[in-house]
Amino acid sequence: MSTMAEPAKDEAQDTKALSAGARQERRLGWLLCAPAVIVMLAVTAYPICYAVYLSLQRYDLRFPDRAEFTGLSNYGAVLTSPFWWDAFWVTLFLTVVSVAIELVLGMGLALVMHRTLFARGTVRTAVLIPYGIVTVVAAFSWQYAWTPELGYLAGLLPSGEAPLTEQWPALWLIILAEVWKTTPFMALLLLAGLALVPEETLRAAMVDGATPWQRFTKVMLPLMKPAILVALLFRTLDAFRIFDNIYVLTAGAHGTGSLSILGYDNLFTALNLGIGSAISVLIFLCVGIIAFTFVKLFGAAAPGAEVKR
Amino acid sequence: MAAVGRSHATRWAVVNVVVVLYALFPVWWIVALSFKDPSTLTDGSYIPTDWTWENYKGIFRTSEFTRALINSIGIALIATVIAVLLGTMAAYAVARLRFPGKQVLIGMSLLIAMFPPISLVSPLFNIERSIGIFDTWPGLIIPYMTFSLPLAIYTLSAFFREIPWDLEKAAKVDGATPAQAFRMVIVPLAAPGVFTTAILVFIFCWNDFLFAISLTSTESARTVPAAIAFFTGSSQFQQPTGSIAAAAVVITVPIIIFVLLFQRRIVAGLTSGAVKG
Repeated sequence: MSTMAEPAKDEAQDTKALSAGARQERRLGWLLCAPAVIVMLAVTAYPICYAVYLSLQRYDLRFPDRAEFTGLSNYGAVLTSPFWWDAFWVTLFLTVVSVAIELVLGMGLALVMHRTLFARGTVRTAVLIPYGIVTVVAAFSWQYAWTPELGYLAGLLPSGEAPLTEQWPALWLIILAEVWKTTPFMALLLLAGLALVPEETLRAAMVDGATPWQRFTKVMLPLMKPAILVALLFRTLDAFRIFDNIYVLTAGAHGTGSLSILGYDNLFTALNLGIGSAISVLIFLCVGIIAFTFVKLFGAAAPGAEVKR
Repeated sequence: MAAVGRSHATRWAVVNVVVVLYALFPVWWIVALSFKDPSTLTDGSYIPTDWTWENYKGIFRTSEFTRALINSIGIALIATVIAVLLGTMAAYAVARLRFPGKQVLIGMSLLIAMFPPISLVSPLFNIERSIGIFDTWPGLIIPYMTFSLPLAIYTLSAFFREIPWDLEKAAKVDGATPAQAFRMVIVPLAAPGVFTTAILVFIFCWNDFLFAISLTSTESARTVPAAIAFFTGSSQFQQPTGSIAAAAVVITVPIIIFVLLFQRRIVAGLTSGAVKG
């Protein structure tokens, strides 16, 4: 990450002539961070290394004694398998489409929350409900809504249609569920960016005769760019690991399985720890590539502290 | 002029109503389902014709749900307390102290915030089985607190930067002991931020599904989101729809309460960390 490469200048100077106070401050700083660092390393860094190790073995949970080192053959098996590529394209499609819709809707929602003349509290409260609700709960609500004979939305369709059992309708319904749930989060991140746009600049643009659309595209958007990039980066990575909605809505059937679903199935249905781990590592690499692209190409999230989920 | 004002207001009212409906209508559907009795479950109507508590009574009769509810509450609370505690320590250091390695900590939290949980499921599954915490509370608490630490650190350090720390010095000048200065000045100033962070972390842990289905195998640690995915009807020929809907509503209630009571704080918490941290 670019954030780690940045040396902190004043800290480097400190090391030359450390007063007793500064040394104490350093020690306290390390001491306070140590537990968090140890936990994070122990629960993520160590297991991911272990996953790499597992992925180099033939390891079937039904025959744990027959584990043997097989080099990169699991990766070869995964990357030449149509299952991986189908899941990969499905995941990519879901990610790109849902994040694009969320960005547009989220911007609209942020403007509403920012500008509305009254009931601002009510609007914000309502918007927080999709954010806070358990994804599985929302997913069940959508699933029942689209189930023929049970749901109010399925009732609107011509009879005999079961949209969750066909690939394309199901993919769009997954996107709908995902967009409903996460647009508020996107909107809140964008709202933070909107708050940074100075009112005077907008008024000045208005006096200069800029139309509302021009004010939005020429003044607000450029000023909000950092907030937009952070929101996009985080939503993209989050959408890429989509699991809950698909698990409940279609269980990955009918060509709707994402990479996370594929990894889960290989581990818990096929009980193949070697292949499952190879998939885990590959997903990790995909996420790394996406993050790297965002940071390098768009200069997103330059200071590490800009970011949270 | 007044007419312009009124049409403006009407337009905003319409927009607001649309937003509120958008947010609520899937929620209402699951609530409606939970109050329908089995005979009208399939009528597809948006408002139950015969209201019944039967689905709720049903789920509270089985340990499948009550046990999961206890697990959910216990696991989420413990994970929240630990994550907020560790997060507070680290965030204080990030916000207040100068020490080499701060950027490493921030970069590491960033990496973990972006980490795909599925990548950890297979190794954690194996590790937890070999050290004997698979399908136990600690087996879920540990990943939950880890994955919520970045959230805790960012939100808390954003809050801590806003605290006027000079007040502490002022209190000491006025004759307060360090302990008094901490207890009577710093704690009241920091408490809202810590509390807000705790809510966000709790929602995060409460929401998890992937770890909950992967790292448990029995009722002993399975949380509600995982449990409802495995619900079966009370008889072989009955769909568990009503039970799932009722259980879903029960675990949505705390979220709604948090949102209603602490809307302002949650918005502040979610946006503060995002802007400049």
